[in-house]
Amino acid sequence: MNRPVGAAPTAPKIFDSPLDGVDPRVRIITAIGLSAAAVWASRWESLAVGLLAAIACLLLSNIAAATAIRRMAALNGVFAAMTLVLALSGDPPRWNAVGPVSLSFDGLRIGAATAMKGNTIVLAVMALIGSMPPVTLGHGLDHLRVPAKLSHLFLFTVRYVEVLADEYRRLRAAMKVRGFRARPNRHTYRSLGYLAGMMLIRALERSERIEDAMKCRGFRGRFYLLDHFTLSRRDIPLALGMAICLGLMIALELQAL
Amino acid sequence: MTDALLRFNDIRFAYDPRRPVLDGCSCSLARGDRVALCGDNGSGKSTLLKLTVGLLRPTEGSIWAFGRDRTSEADFYEVRCRAGLLFQDADDQLFCPTVAEDVAFGPFNLGKSRDEVERIVAETLAELGLSGYEERVTHKLSGGEKRLVALAGVLAMRPDVLLLDEPAAGLDEAAVARLADLLNRLPQTMIVAAHDRAFLAAVTQRRWQLQQGRIAALGGW
Repeated sequence: MNRPVGAAPTAPKIFDSPLDGVDPRVRIITAIGLSAAAVWASRWESLAVGLLAAIACLLLSNIAAATAIRRMAALNGVFAAMTLVLALSGDPPRWNAVGPVSLSFDGLRIGAATAMKGNTIVLAVMALIGSMPPVTLGHGLDHLRVPAKLSHLFLFTVRYVEVLADEYRRLRAAMKVRGFRARPNRHTYRSLGYLAGMMLIRALERSERIEDAMKCRGFRGRFYLLDHFTLSRRDIPLALGMAICLGLMIALELQAL
Repeated sequence: MTDALLRFNDIRFAYDPRRPVLDGCSCSLARGDRVALCGDNGSGKSTLLKLTVGLLRPTEGSIWAFGRDRTSEADFYEVRCRAGLLFQDADDQLFCPTVAEDVAFGPFNLGKSRDEVERIVAETLAELGLSGYEERVTHKLSGGEKRLVALAGVLAMRPDVLLLDEPAAGLDEAAVARLADLLNRLPQTMIVAAHDRAFLAAVTQRRWQLQQGRIAALGGW
């Protein structure tokens, strides 16, 4: 039999980048290391090194430019608003920008530094972790000795979030076909309450059925993983590059002390 | 009966005490039997299958399986390892993120080594024409594929008995025919609960009709 019952063609791979073959553990550790360094850094030079490293990771990850720009634009909108508030309310010395409006140099500095840190962290996480299939990420966490309950909870979430979303869409469709439109009235609030309650009940019932299915296949509280990762030569460039980058950031920070 | 694998003796069960689902249900399944479990909606087909593997416990009566009476959770653990239950909704059964992991779940629980598990996964997927599906994400499979992968997960435990709860539900005609062909090639003893008479006639030899909480054996098709 070449094609199974009701088979659909195999789905294409989502990402194809130099980071694809890198061990997920190396990617997770690198993202955490870079994020931690960005939080700790206080000098412009070291912040710039961190941001450049995160941008390099993004270029290696081959995430579509439009996707990255859209996500970063939303984030930087928040940072711009925050910087403006800090600049308007910060301590002197101040810069007389326009007419009676003056901006605090300290506020601007803190806002800009925070924006650089935030951009570094989000870019690093998006490039190194966000471009990884969730299943691979779950297994990577498991191999990094993240508590089993946590990593399996993550894997279960990955598996069932779509099922629950389908459940939600079915219920919403059932409401729509009977003429439901959300309005600011008691009927809407009560209906949405029923929807949330029904989702909870169905999720609970499904969890019980899943537990039964697991029992039927001999589950006795322990999970086993089929995938195991091994470090390879493909991991060296990222690990080495990140070690150099972090070393440089630390050196720049220590120079200032 | 020496070659009996399962025997239900005067089973009674009710979700609501005022409305019993099974009310004195008795029957026996011999090695090599292929039995269709028929009955209206709510007649207790799924309930009987769940009782068989101890997911539900009878309020009265006894279940004899694989050589002895089964009463405790430990008893039923062994039954579950030898009688594979295929659930009505494949999404309930496929809880691992990838196909290979899901099929490997049962063999790992049976204490098989990693090498053995990998071999079993490859063999089972090949038997069902699913080679190459190992890394596919389970929630992105089509309905038919989910059903087959769920069956692969059950077969990977090498059960003596298959308990199939509506295995053809939601499949198109061609897929049902292929599933029937596949089930006919399996050596296992099986109970198949379904409504589709043509499908049941194609994969089973005799019928149990569930009516008013009891089983009537109707013979062949």
